[in-house]
Amino acid sequence: MTLVEPGAPTAIGGQPEPTGAEDMGEARPLRADVWKRFRRNHLAIAGLIFLILLVLAAIFAPWITSYSITERSTSYRTGPSSAHWFGTDAIGRDVYTRVVYGARVSLKIGFVATFLLVTIGVVLGAISGFFGGGIDTLITRVIDIFLAIPYIVLAVAIASVFGRSENAVILVLGLTGWLALARIVRASFLSLKNLEYTEAATALGFSRNRIMARHILPNALQPIIVYGTISVGAVILSEAALSFLNVGPQDPTPAWGLMVAQGKGSLSNAPHLLFFPGAAIFLTVLAFVFIGDGLRDALDPKLK
Amino acid sequence: MTSYIIRRLLLVIPTVFFALSFLFFLFFTLPGDPASLIAGGANRKVDPAVQERIEARYGLNKPLHTQFTDYWARTIHWDLGDSFLSQRSVNDILGERALASIRLGIWAVLIEVVVGIAVGLLSALRRYSLSDRITTVLTAAASAIPVFVLGFLLQWLFAVKPNQWGWPQWARLRTQGIGPNSWTLFFIPTGDQWRYLILPAITLACVATALAARMTRGSMLEVLRADYMRTARAKGLRERDVIMRHGMRNAMLPVVTLIGIDFGTVIGAAVLTETTFSWPGLGSAIANSVQARDLPVILGLTLAVVIAFAIINLLVDLSYAWFDPRIRLGKGEHS
Repeated sequence: MTLVEPGAPTAIGGQPEPTGAEDMGEARPLRADVWKRFRRNHLAIAGLIFLILLVLAAIFAPWITSYSITERSTSYRTGPSSAHWFGTDAIGRDVYTRVVYGARVSLKIGFVATFLLVTIGVVLGAISGFFGGGIDTLITRVIDIFLAIPYIVLAVAIASVFGRSENAVILVLGLTGWLALARIVRASFLSLKNLEYTEAATALGFSRNRIMARHILPNALQPIIVYGTISVGAVILSEAALSFLNVGPQDPTPAWGLMVAQGKGSLSNAPHLLFFPGAAIFLTVLAFVFIGDGLRDALDPKLK
Repeated sequence: MTSYIIRRLLLVIPTVFFALSFLFFLFFTLPGDPASLIAGGANRKVDPAVQERIEARYGLNKPLHTQFTDYWARTIHWDLGDSFLSQRSVNDILGERALASIRLGIWAVLIEVVVGIAVGLLSALRRYSLSDRITTVLTAAASAIPVFVLGFLLQWLFAVKPNQWGWPQWARLRTQGIGPNSWTLFFIPTGDQWRYLILPAITLACVATALAARMTRGSMLEVLRADYMRTARAKGLRERDVIMRHGMRNAMLPVVTLIGIDFGTVIGAAVLTETTFSWPGLGSAIANSVQARDLPVILGLTLAVVIAFAIINLLVDLSYAWFDPRIRLGKGEHS
């Protein structure tokens, strides 16, 4: 990689992303080995357990809450009690119910948007790295241009175009989040396409699509998996930020970031309105960070 | 070297052009037109005569491509137009907002560099000690907490609670606005100013500090294993010199890269921090103008941020050559 290349300065030697493609020469660890190493990481296991509980809570939300997200009681901004575990908000809705249902919003946005951004990032990064030439220049330039716009400005701008709903946020985060991943995948494909087994596959007359999908992609998978896992947390964090800036889902939707924004006037007399949804965002993102770190260490023990 | 800098600066131009043009067209595809917004309301009925006058005044009745070329003709002369909402010149808004942001940003970066690198270094030197483990968890936590949640948490702990507990006035930190706006040497707060500055500065620095600590730790651990470290010890250098002169300098390269890349994250965090603390900087101005669809302000402020972003990335690249003389900028392959 040369330093004069405009795309390079932020990715020199791949240092910022320690899961680069340098170690592709060694044999991939067996799945059982990965799980064994992952299991030894207590933080990652704690993250996984929290995530499983959160998914269960999201699925069984109607069974573990006793109100609906729009149901109002006559007590406003009251603190936690036995009737309302997390208290009530400014118009008397049960905060616990809304936080639990909020998990549905966050997880849905997190997983669907990540699926979208990983798909775009892998496809474009692979095309760019494998084919090179004009298409590579085009894709790299587009990435440069979009990376020149601060992410949050871009996301907020596009969000205000698509409207303010869950699906709009999924589109925004999916369409803006793939840039860094595409660079990582491009770098992997660049280094893998010159290896002997790729040459062998070419010599055997396999189609280029088959070589990309069956020979190169499996060896470039490791950083993609780690990036994807951490991305879910990052997407949930961005979604919270967009909701907080009021360009995310709108009111009856119990988006955690929106709940924090709505509670900000009550910081001195009803801090629980900010605390519970804020803690929900924090713990969920933290779980993904721990799982992502654990996966990275488990997939490539050398990097620990 | 000079030709490298000039080439890099020239490359900034097309990037800025396309990025801003993208935003320009993006905002013209928005539902709802700016003229009725200026005339007074999102949903209120606007007198067609008024609307026509406004469209004429701002050139909004011209075809889109004419507006586009007009926009760039003005922008090249650094005339960023007037705000749709306040009618103020965007150049003025930019000037005053940028000052507040830069002051806050300087403190955040100072915290990031000093705390982040120190914590990362200590963590690496005492690997697997209790303090290393605590640092690891804390840095993960700092990167997972939403900026605005951290902001409110700090406000609650250091402003709301001290008020309720009746702490002495000077110990109660402020959470809203910039305060007296009194500074010396451009960025050092004087008088009461520090009480307004300290919480937003910590909030803004948090994510970046955690990342810097993490990166310093990882990079230092790698360097500690290097042969030249053993050589330096074998030469009989003091341990402090070994770590600082031979270790740190080599470990800093990825950290500097990160601080450069991070600038984007810092801007994102600035938008949220400034909104949370009502700090009158660029970030809160961008957030407000996006919500109000105040196109000239959005484009003008974003232009400034994009240019600053590009220059910082250039400085980061130039600093590589200082940290690692093996890197020759502009000479193709480096080893």
